[in-house]
Amino acid sequence: MASTNSRMPSRRVTGPLLGAAGILLFLVAWEAVPRLGLVQEKFLPPASTVLVSLGQYLGQGGFWHDVGETMTAWALGLAISIVAAVVLGLIIGSSTFLRRATHSTVEFLRPIPSVALIPLAVLLFGAKLESSLLLVVYASFWQVLLQVLYGVADVDPVADSTARSYGLGRLARMRYVVWPTMLPYLMTGIRLASAVALILAITAELIIGSPGLGYQIGLTQSGGAVVEMYALILATGMIGVLINVGVRILEKRVLKWHASVRSEVVV
Amino acid sequence: MSTGKRIAYFLGLPILLILVWWAATLGSTNFYVPTPGKLVETFWRVWISNRFFTDFMPSIIRLFIGLAATIVLGVVLGVLIGSFRWLRSLFEPLLEFFRAVPPPVLVPLLMLLIGINDQMKIVVIISGAIWPVLLNTVEGVRAVDQVLSDTSRTYRITGMARLRYLVLPGASPQIMTGVRQCLSIGLILMVISEMFGSSAGLGFTIVLFQRAFAVPEMWSGIAVLGLVGIGLSAIFQLVERRVLRWYHGLREVQRDN
Repeated sequence: MASTNSRMPSRRVTGPLLGAAGILLFLVAWEAVPRLGLVQEKFLPPASTVLVSLGQYLGQGGFWHDVGETMTAWALGLAISIVAAVVLGLIIGSSTFLRRATHSTVEFLRPIPSVALIPLAVLLFGAKLESSLLLVVYASFWQVLLQVLYGVADVDPVADSTARSYGLGRLARMRYVVWPTMLPYLMTGIRLASAVALILAITAELIIGSPGLGYQIGLTQSGGAVVEMYALILATGMIGVLINVGVRILEKRVLKWHASVRSEVVV
Repeated sequence: MSTGKRIAYFLGLPILLILVWWAATLGSTNFYVPTPGKLVETFWRVWISNRFFTDFMPSIIRLFIGLAATIVLGVVLGVLIGSFRWLRSLFEPLLEFFRAVPPPVLVPLLMLLIGINDQMKIVVIISGAIWPVLLNTVEGVRAVDQVLSDTSRTYRITGMARLRYLVLPGASPQIMTGVRQCLSIGLILMVISEMFGSSAGLGFTIVLFQRAFAVPEMWSGIAVLGLVGIGLSAIFQLVERRVLRWYHGLREVQRDN
């Protein structure tokens, strides 16, 4: 025990240090490869050039406007699909008949890649926010719905019967029995969906030309502005990291009471 | 449940939906939505033809090469990174970042670096789909049961034998989770890679139909992509059931207890 205790702090320090070293190593390699001429600079500009360009972007209003467009499509699409999936999931999940009757249809529709809907979105809406929304909602809806269905199916029969014998009505049971059981599953669904939603929001902009960061990346690529293209790609990655971190924090907060989170805190 | 009832449950809602679709399009001349009959007829005419060999097969072959390379690379790198604590610490923030980059933005980048060809399309699939496999493998390897690990060390099971009989089976449920996620991303990227400056393939073809306002043909393309997605998930379920038979059995026993 003593040895593990004495090793714990050093490990806690070396972990982030090594991580920082990894990032540094990557940046040095990225800087060196074009500088040494292994890859031409017009295809892979050195890291420093790209980071400077990213810094310039961060000071521009236009860039933040594009980020806003992308995030609007992301947030709106995610919200629509979460609400729709939770409502439908609760309805379908609480009836055995509905669950059985919809199973084949859900399994059939779920694997259809949402990019297949790109031509439809173009025909219906053109290069607008609605196109992004169609793709984002279709992609993230199934992720959440499936988790909600799992969650509702996981309700402890004893807890449900107990609530029944205490005379809790349908709505009260939904609130005090089904909802807490489902919440961890729902959070997993939201975590998966938030990543997928960003992918589809950017895809819609890149391919259909809805306004946003993806559209700008397309423009820099066709305009031969290579440095800017790399900078924008870095920016999308950072947005992705922020979303992942944000959802994880939200998950911890919402599930503070749940055993899976509590045990992490104790250990 | 009897077989008849099961079939009724399986087919009930799909048949109902098709009937609603048929009834809704029966009298209408809506440009955007073809009737079911028209769609089936178009599907047959468009896809059971030369197009099957010029557009469908090349896409599918690229998809399978890409996915196979993704899984092999992801598992090998994942086992490597997962086995050494310092490697994991070194790469963790970088991997977090790369995983968070939406894969479609890599298409313009790889077009620039590799050019527009088959390799580019396969690399696009790998570069986007590898992260779920890689990260899940790392997690799976890391979380190998401590008692099993100590036991195998006591019996001096090391090297390849340890990998073959302890690490890979122990991590396989996690690896399969990663593989399932990588399939849908791979399919998305296959389509997207063909929508950029390509002249053949599924993604190219449905965009072509859409630009020509050939709406029933476009719908038939969407249907093909849907069928590919369903086929992939069916193959995955078959493979998963085989690979993880012991695991599902174990879970069932645990649940019964």
